[in-house]
Amino acid sequence: MGKLFGVVVALIAIVSAYPIVAHWYVQPIDISTHGHAIDEQLADTMAEAGLSFLAAQLLLGFFVWRFSQRKPGAKVWNIPGGATLMVAAAFILVGTEILALGVLGQKAWANVYFTPPKPDAMQIQAQAGQFAFYFRYPGVDGKFGPLHPDKIDEGNSNFFGLDPANDVESRDDIVSAELDVPVNHEIQLLMHAKDVGHSFYVRELRIQQDFVPGLDLAVHFTPTQTGKYEIVCTQLCGLGHYNMKAYLNVLSQEDFEKWMKQKISEQ
Amino acid sequence: MRARLISTVAAVALIFAAALLHARAGGGTVSGKTTYEGTPAKPKPIDMSKEPSCQKQHVTPVTTETVVTGPNNSLANVVVYISAGAPDDAAPGQAATFDQKGCQYIPHVLAFQVNQQLKVVNDDQTSHNIHPLAKINREWNKSQPPGTPPIIDKYDKPEFIPVKCNVHPWMHGTFAVLKNSHYSVSAQDGGFSLPNLPAGKYTVTAWHESYGEQTQEVTISGSETKTVNFVFKAKPY
Repeated sequence: MGKLFGVVVALIAIVSAYPIVAHWYVQPIDISTHGHAIDEQLADTMAEAGLSFLAAQLLLGFFVWRFSQRKPGAKVWNIPGGATLMVAAAFILVGTEILALGVLGQKAWANVYFTPPKPDAMQIQAQAGQFAFYFRYPGVDGKFGPLHPDKIDEGNSNFFGLDPANDVESRDDIVSAELDVPVNHEIQLLMHAKDVGHSFYVRELRIQQDFVPGLDLAVHFTPTQTGKYEIVCTQLCGLGHYNMKAYLNVLSQEDFEKWMKQKISEQ
Repeated sequence: MRARLISTVAAVALIFAAALLHARAGGGTVSGKTTYEGTPAKPKPIDMSKEPSCQKQHVTPVTTETVVTGPNNSLANVVVYISAGAPDDAAPGQAATFDQKGCQYIPHVLAFQVNQQLKVVNDDQTSHNIHPLAKINREWNKSQPPGTPPIIDKYDKPEFIPVKCNVHPWMHGTFAVLKNSHYSVSAQDGGFSLPNLPAGKYTVTAWHESYGEQTQEVTISGSETKTVNFVFKAKPY
C-alpha cells in the first residue's frame, strides 16, 4: 500500500507537469516590442520552478516507496546538524533561486521601467477612477492643460477636471474613453488615479501597471499589431471593479489620424 | 341623532371639498418659455464602449444632457415651480418613475413632491449603482443588477439632488424634490405651464442645473393666464 502511494505521488507530479511541457496552454498574442522578453522570462521561471517541483515530488515519491514498509525498530539515520541545517539549506536554495530569477529577469524589467521612452514617444494621460478609464491627448498645441479636481463634472463629460474657460492649453485637449494609438509608434502613458488604487492591464501588451493615488507613474510601449484589445483593471477598487474596463485600439497611422480629426471636430 | 350629525358633517365636508377642487380646477395659470442668450457649450458625445449592451441601443451617438436646447434658443430641463405663496401639498398617490435605459437617466430631470413615492427602474442588461448625492435629505447609494425589482424610496425635505451612477461615470441626472404640486419641467421647446393656481401672490422660480436659478413675482386673480418668461445666460464652456 505504501509503495502504491509512492507511485501515485510520482504520477500526480508527472501528469500535472505534462500539459505545461507539451504546451497545452495558449499564450495570448504579443503585440509589443518588449513582450518577447517578458515571455522568455516567464518561460525561464516556469522551467526553473517546474523542474524544482518535479524533482521535489519525484524525490518524495521515491522516499515513500523506499521507506514506507520498514519494520518496527529499524535504524533511523538523521542528517547531521538537525533542523537548523535544513532551514539554513532551504534559505540558501530558495534565495539562490530567487536571486537567479532576478538576475535573469532584470533585463526584461529594465526594458520597460529603467529605459526612458524615445523623445518622440506620444504622450497620453491615462486616468483611472471608479469605475472607468479615460484617456487624454494634448491636442494640437501638444500641451496638457492643468487639472483642477474641483472642476470634475462627469455629467458634463469633464472627467479630468479641465477648465477651458480659463486655461487656454485645456481647450484643445482630447478626452476619450478608448485608448486609440498608432501602430509601431512608441506611446508613453502618464498614469493618474482619480480616487483609489487601480491597475492598467493589457495582456497582449504584456503590461500591468498600478495606478497609485498621488503618484505620477508612467509606462511606455510600442504596439506592433493593429487590432482591438481589452484594458482591464486588475486592482480590486470597489463595487464596480468587475465592470472597469476599456479598449485599446491599435490603428494604422492613417486611421489614427482620421480618428484624431474626428475627435478634434467633436471638441 | 348621532348618525344624522355624522351624515351632515360628511355632506358639508364633501361640498367643501368639491368647492375647493372646483376653485383649483378653475384657478389661474402661469405659463411661459425658458430660453437662453449667448452661446452654450457644444454637447459632448458620450462614449459607452465599455458597456456594449448600452452602446448598441443607441443608433446615433448620445451626447451630454447638462444643457439641452431647442429651436429659437429654447432651453429644456428647467424646473419651474412656485417657491413661495402656495401652501405645501400632500404627496400624490402615484409614484415618480426614474428609468435607467441605455445607460442614461430618463427623464434627465425628474421633479416630484416631498414624500411622494420614488421608483427607480433598471431596464438595462447591466448593473447600475444609483447614487443620489443628497445633502439635506438622507444620502443613499444602491446597486441594482438587471432584472431586480424597482428601488422604492421617498424624500422628506425639498432639495435639488444630483444623481449619478457609480458604475457608469457619464450617467448623470437630477431629482427636484418640491414641496407643492405647482411645478413643471420645461420641454424641448422651452414651454412650461403651472395651472390651477388660486388667486394670490406667488414667487415663481426657474432652476437649471448648469445656469443657476432665477425668480419672478406674479399675482394671479381669478382664472387668468399670466405669461412669465425666463432667460438664462449661456456659458460657452
